[in-house]
Amino acid sequence: MEIARNLMIILLTGILTENFVLSKFLGICPFLGVSKKLDSSIGMGAAVTFVMVCASLVTYPIYYGILVPLHIEYMNTIAFILVIAVFVQLVEMVLKKYMPPLYKSLGVYLPLITTNCAVLGVTLLNLTKEYDLLESVINSFGAGLGFMIAMVIFAGVRSRLERCDIPKALRGAPITLMAASIVSLAFIGFGGVVDGIFGG
Amino acid sequence: MSYMKEFTKGLIKENPSMVMLLGMCPTLAITTMASNGVGMGLSTTFVLVCSNIVISLLKKIIPDTVRLPAYIVIVAGFVTFVSLMLQAFLPDIYSSLGMYLSLITVNCIILGRAEMFASKNKVIPSILDGLGMGLGFTLTLVLVGSLREIFGSGQWFGITIMPEFLEPMTLFILPAGGFFVLGVVIAAVNRIMKKKPREIGCHNCPNKDGCPGACEKAENNGGEQ
Repeated sequence: MEIARNLMIILLTGILTENFVLSKFLGICPFLGVSKKLDSSIGMGAAVTFVMVCASLVTYPIYYGILVPLHIEYMNTIAFILVIAVFVQLVEMVLKKYMPPLYKSLGVYLPLITTNCAVLGVTLLNLTKEYDLLESVINSFGAGLGFMIAMVIFAGVRSRLERCDIPKALRGAPITLMAASIVSLAFIGFGGVVDGIFGG
Repeated sequence: MSYMKEFTKGLIKENPSMVMLLGMCPTLAITTMASNGVGMGLSTTFVLVCSNIVISLLKKIIPDTVRLPAYIVIVAGFVTFVSLMLQAFLPDIYSSLGMYLSLITVNCIILGRAEMFASKNKVIPSILDGLGMGLGFTLTLVLVGSLREIFGSGQWFGITIMPEFLEPMTLFILPAGGFFVLGVVIAAVNRIMKKKPREIGCHNCPNKDGCPGACEKAENNGGEQ
């Protein structure tokens, strides 16, 4: 029971209070770049969640099985980014060959994910928080889900923005950032929700 | 004279984060204090200059098909070097930058310059380009960091400058304030330089040749279905 409660706290923290995009500023480029349409934001969110979960599954044994015994923990950035890059390529090839429908809906986003700081960020975060394998996976899943929710909400906000008459200097990036600021403000409201539910 | 141009273009005219709209994550994340901006900016500048040197030297050796992974590994190597150095000599900056220091590896400014400039030019122009772009990035970080620190905590580089009776607006050092201040700064730059409005997205991303066609597909995919 204690374990399940702990996992729920990690999951909800990742989705709501420590949302990757809106409070940790990871993965801003896809958040602002690919959130113009609802469909593509769902696709991107799902692809990121999938890669995040797999990346944390792969990097955990590499860190604790290879880097720690050899006392080269400082190599973690290099090792992780290589593993993520290789893994993304692998997933792309496997999906293309064996699951063409899934490749068609998720595959296009995969090359964008290699250099997405959210994926490297979540693997490094799992290390700094000293999560075990299960906790790492749950944390990555929560982070990915939070990313997807933020993208979907923001896609809705932006579809409204397109029909507005915006002052000339604010058109383009500035108004997008200001809209993101307001969405982020809404997420501040979740602060304390997790503690409230679990009586932490 | 042309060397001078390589250096100065990054400062204002092609400023990586205010004009090219690259490297948004660190620009938003660590700018709660001006001093963080200096630390992050200079670390990024160092990595950028070093990786530009190495990539421009190796441009004939690295095969075209695996160039992105090769660039990432070179960059990650220098990032590890910088973080070990900071950990040893400037532990305060190291702990306040935290994870974002490692994330310099995936900063799109560095990969963008590698792809756009260092892989096509000789060593000396590449050094100047890296230096200019890095200092331009530092300039933005310090500007955004100063605004957020002054309004959000009434201080500048840790020294209290706002009078007592003005309550600092904590909102500015919260994430929402980061988005807002950067939006205002970019709007001001657009207005002063009379730039055409630019959207953050793949169509003006200099890395778009790096991930062939993926961006456009991702952006247009929603419309086709």
